[in-house]
Amino acid sequence: MSDKNPNSLRQGPDENGFFGIFGGRFVAETLMPNILALEEAYTTAKADPSFAAELTHLGKYYTGRPSPIYLAERLTEHFGGAKVYFKRDELNHTGSHKINNCLGQILLAKRMGAKRIIAETGAGQHGVAAATVAARFGLPCTVYMGAKDIERQKPNVFRMKLLGAKIVAVTNGAGTLKDAMNEALRDWVANVEDTFYIIGTAAGPHPYPMMVRDFQSIIGEEAKVQIQEEEGKLPDALVACIGGGSNAIGLFHPFLDDESVKIYGVEAGGKGLDTDEHCASLAGGEPGVLHGNRTYLLQNDDGQILEGHSISAGLDYPGIGPEHSWLKEIGRVNYVNATDKEALEAFQLCTLQEGIIPALEPSHALAYVAKLAPTMGKDEIILMNLCGRGDKDVFAVAEHLGQEI
Amino acid sequence: MTNFTTRLDAKFEQCKSEGRAALNCFITAGDPNYDDALKLLKLLPAAGADVIEFGMPFTDPAAEGVTIQLSYERALAAGQTVAKTLQMVREFREDDTTTPIVLMGYYNPIYHMGCDEFLDQAKEAGVDGLIIVDLPPEADDELCLPAIENGINFIRLATPTTDAKRLPRVLQNTSGFLYYVSINGITGTTTPDFSVVENALKPIKQATDLPIAVGFGIRTPEHAAAVAKFADGVVVGSALVNIIPNTMDKNGKATAETFEQLTNLTKSLKQAIINAR
Repeated sequence: MSDKNPNSLRQGPDENGFFGIFGGRFVAETLMPNILALEEAYTTAKADPSFAAELTHLGKYYTGRPSPIYLAERLTEHFGGAKVYFKRDELNHTGSHKINNCLGQILLAKRMGAKRIIAETGAGQHGVAAATVAARFGLPCTVYMGAKDIERQKPNVFRMKLLGAKIVAVTNGAGTLKDAMNEALRDWVANVEDTFYIIGTAAGPHPYPMMVRDFQSIIGEEAKVQIQEEEGKLPDALVACIGGGSNAIGLFHPFLDDESVKIYGVEAGGKGLDTDEHCASLAGGEPGVLHGNRTYLLQNDDGQILEGHSISAGLDYPGIGPEHSWLKEIGRVNYVNATDKEALEAFQLCTLQEGIIPALEPSHALAYVAKLAPTMGKDEIILMNLCGRGDKDVFAVAEHLGQEI
Repeated sequence: MTNFTTRLDAKFEQCKSEGRAALNCFITAGDPNYDDALKLLKLLPAAGADVIEFGMPFTDPAAEGVTIQLSYERALAAGQTVAKTLQMVREFREDDTTTPIVLMGYYNPIYHMGCDEFLDQAKEAGVDGLIIVDLPPEADDELCLPAIENGINFIRLATPTTDAKRLPRVLQNTSGFLYYVSINGITGTTTPDFSVVENALKPIKQATDLPIAVGFGIRTPEHAAAVAKFADGVVVGSALVNIIPNTMDKNGKATAETFEQLTNLTKSLKQAIINAR
């Protein structure tokens, strides 16, 4: 880490992968040698300028980075308060921020001599990004996806198939993201010799949360420069949606030490936090251990993991990246939530006011911006991560609105 | 290594003196329901189980194949909890003070109860060992070392990916026995080439005096006999657990057939192990 400040909030994790008590390496012994080898390979790659150069080159010419920041003038006027900027990672190749991480991980996979890629996906955005980089680098790819998610994200399922990926429908549990991740872990244990697991969110065993964060931090690094070019100052508030939290940590991390910047992570409130049907792990969960890390989890009195609910398949995960759990504990980030209904309203508002169809995931972030902006002055700035586009969601939204396409 | 002896040490010592491997039988606590699972647990020692590995149901058993996943789902649907699992051990101990019971499962339900509270209750209930799949040596401070302080063995898994560099770490705080996972994979799936497993055990045997039990993919008396030739223990899980869905009635209750088949398979596994050497 380039920060010299000993009190920097950007120094984690420690050598065992912990952010405070969160994170770690809670995996079966079969996977331990791989996890340790991955950490070593990542450490080596980080120190190798050619790795960064290749990633930057791909980011520029393949993904289309830097993504612009965009002043949403009509929404700003509509909310009647702070200026609202979008960081437009929905313009990336594949339609979301997920590609940033997948490119980094596939370069590592190649370095480690992997012959095969596996991935889990919820909304299908990570699955598409993983299938994309696997195609680009000529590796076979298997994507695990909950059967329920396959149903509600058909366009992405077909995109993955077109990209040559094999899609495995996971019917265990509720058939959503956590079950897909279990199944991907089972595949990895059985094929540990030749398979690289591209985890899509900033969770899982160390070094994944750190690695995914690093690959996604390009979002915040670019935005920090761009907003200062546009406005001559830092934003007053950052807002991003949170499922596992990869787009959010990518935006937040470069700003953690900038005390003047308030930071808001928006969890999926589902049908409301007073119901059982939400996915707000931080607001409604407790610390526990799942999928290789200690973090806030939705769980019952016996420590059994609960199925979350959200209108957005990409936020439908009962856990959250461990660094977010730590940022909550130390109070640096404010974690709030938006309901399905609020997200759906924000989705429509953004489409009509700005001519941008957002994914349902960042629609949650926008739903919170709608509450926050009017409370702030007109000279203040909100920077929101518009981390994915909504093409994939149009069928699901039509259904929620009771319309036939 | 530990400075205490347990039922596990005594049992493996006894098997060694009888010139045979131990039979470790895995069933799930609460599958298909509390009462039936307690009966199944109680019949195992008489049928020939030397060590009982008692699965603690978890919603997200990432190292299990479909047989044990479904077993955990049945148990949870029937209301099984960590507290009830410990209560089953207490009830088992009313009649049996010699058969070791190893609780096998995942960390979160224990962490949620609180490790100290769990270990107090486990010790009092008569639990002998723990196999916690998602607690590698790197996490020994969490539960392994406190368990040892409470006189409970913490049994580590070694796998085909455990190389010479990693083995000392795996062995460091392991006691009771070492569980060798015969394949890279999940439970109840692939049956390994046993000659490969035998070779894989050689360097481990040189590195430890602990008994080594082999599990994963051992389904039949023939498999058990093959493993019993070179291992100190033979673990059978999915093949036993699978009897439950195959024989239970439509209300999810065990039938006479369930008890009979579990008894018969356990007996034939034991006989095969005894005859193996």
